[in-house]
Amino acid sequence: MRITQGTFSFLPDFTDQQIHEQVQYCIDNGWAVSIEYTDDPHPRNTYWEMWGHPMFDNPDAAAVVFELNECRKVYGSYYIRIIAFDSSPGWESIRLSFIVNRPSKEPGFRLNRTETKGRNIQYSMSPYSSDNPQGSRYK
Amino acid sequence: MEKELEETKPNSKLAQVNLKEEFESSGVDQILSELDDTLIGLKPVKTRIRETASLLLVDKAREKMGLMTESPTLHMSFSGNPGTGKTTVALKIADLLFRLGYVRKGHLVTVTRDDLVGQYIGHTAPKTKEVLKKAMGGVLFIDEAYYLYRPENERDYGQEAIEILLQVMENNRDDLVVVLAGYKDRMDKFFESNPGFRSRIAHHINFPDYSNDELLEIGEIMISDMNYKLNEKSREAFAEYIKLRRKQPHFANARSIRNAIDRIRLRQANRVFKTSKGPINSDVLSIIDEVDVRKSRVFSGGIDS
Repeated sequence: MRITQGTFSFLPDFTDQQIHEQVQYCIDNGWAVSIEYTDDPHPRNTYWEMWGHPMFDNPDAAAVVFELNECRKVYGSYYIRIIAFDSSPGWESIRLSFIVNRPSKEPGFRLNRTETKGRNIQYSMSPYSSDNPQGSRYK
Repeated sequence: MEKELEETKPNSKLAQVNLKEEFESSGVDQILSELDDTLIGLKPVKTRIRETASLLLVDKAREKMGLMTESPTLHMSFSGNPGTGKTTVALKIADLLFRLGYVRKGHLVTVTRDDLVGQYIGHTAPKTKEVLKKAMGGVLFIDEAYYLYRPENERDYGQEAIEILLQVMENNRDDLVVVLAGYKDRMDKFFESNPGFRSRIAHHINFPDYSNDELLEIGEIMISDMNYKLNEKSREAFAEYIKLRRKQPHFANARSIRNAIDRIRLRQANRVFKTSKGPINSDVLSIIDEVDVRKSRVFSGGIDS
């Protein structure tokens, strides 16, 4: 199951050139761009690990694409996303976030039904991949 | 995707290119004439830049016709004594490359060894990469580049910075242009011991020293930019000062002249303050007198750095 989230979730995956152009748009707007990665695709997993520092003072998007490729070398089988922070409201708020790298195989989610008091059913979901411990979920 | 590219390529090929028009519309002309107007002397440098600019312009035209195969190497090395205008020219080069479309942003990032080399193991690589990232889309100017390589210290981290630099210069050729600068003889030695650098740098430009007359001209421009004026006698004294100063150690061409002017202003201010009684006009405040120049230690044989 292809995970979709963020700004361009309905579009096919971007090429590096397209990523470059989107990031350049963010930089030109004065947003701080950073790269994040995770191997837990659960939709409520909001806080991913950050790759390096947020890139505040790079005027050109090539720097971000460069770092993205560095990140891919290490976490090429993980989910990687690019997020852009806007500090103009006075606090850092996310303006834009999109997935730029995904595992080759995405097994999808299991639906768990739990019977509780009064024969009520509680539903929850868990990614199949998270059966394995962190770090060995995708190959 | 590839098929699409192949289909669109022949259409985008132009049958004719008007070089003259390209030249005028790119704004390169403006930069080149600015270079001629604002920089005194430096004849060989100007010719080299003009040649490089026309090469790049022709390359662009060839690309439009579909004749280009690879983007050219633009990394440069500026060698010359201190104060010969290397940084100023680098700034112009950045602008030039931006107008020609070879760099995307056209900003100049000036660094020295301190900004690239770390202080402990594992510190250098991230530091160098941070600087390189900052310079992407523009020009990275490494002043006194030979300090990166210190053969006398085996454990020096400079070598690590050089390796990363070479790698990025090769792999991200479209993203940034690296300009190395420094004294001629030491740069030559640096290239000898790092052959990888020499082969990756296409343009070696040598900056000659200024002549006395050129320095006087530069000095006069500096003085008038600061809204000061020289009179006949102080101009003579200044010309003499330049002659004497050149023979002294630590002579740094235009930079020495700038420092001298700063000290002359100081002496002028002191003189005006001491002698003035009552109201004074702007002429008194802006004219540099002969004594302001002559009081320099250079005239009495002392060192005036």
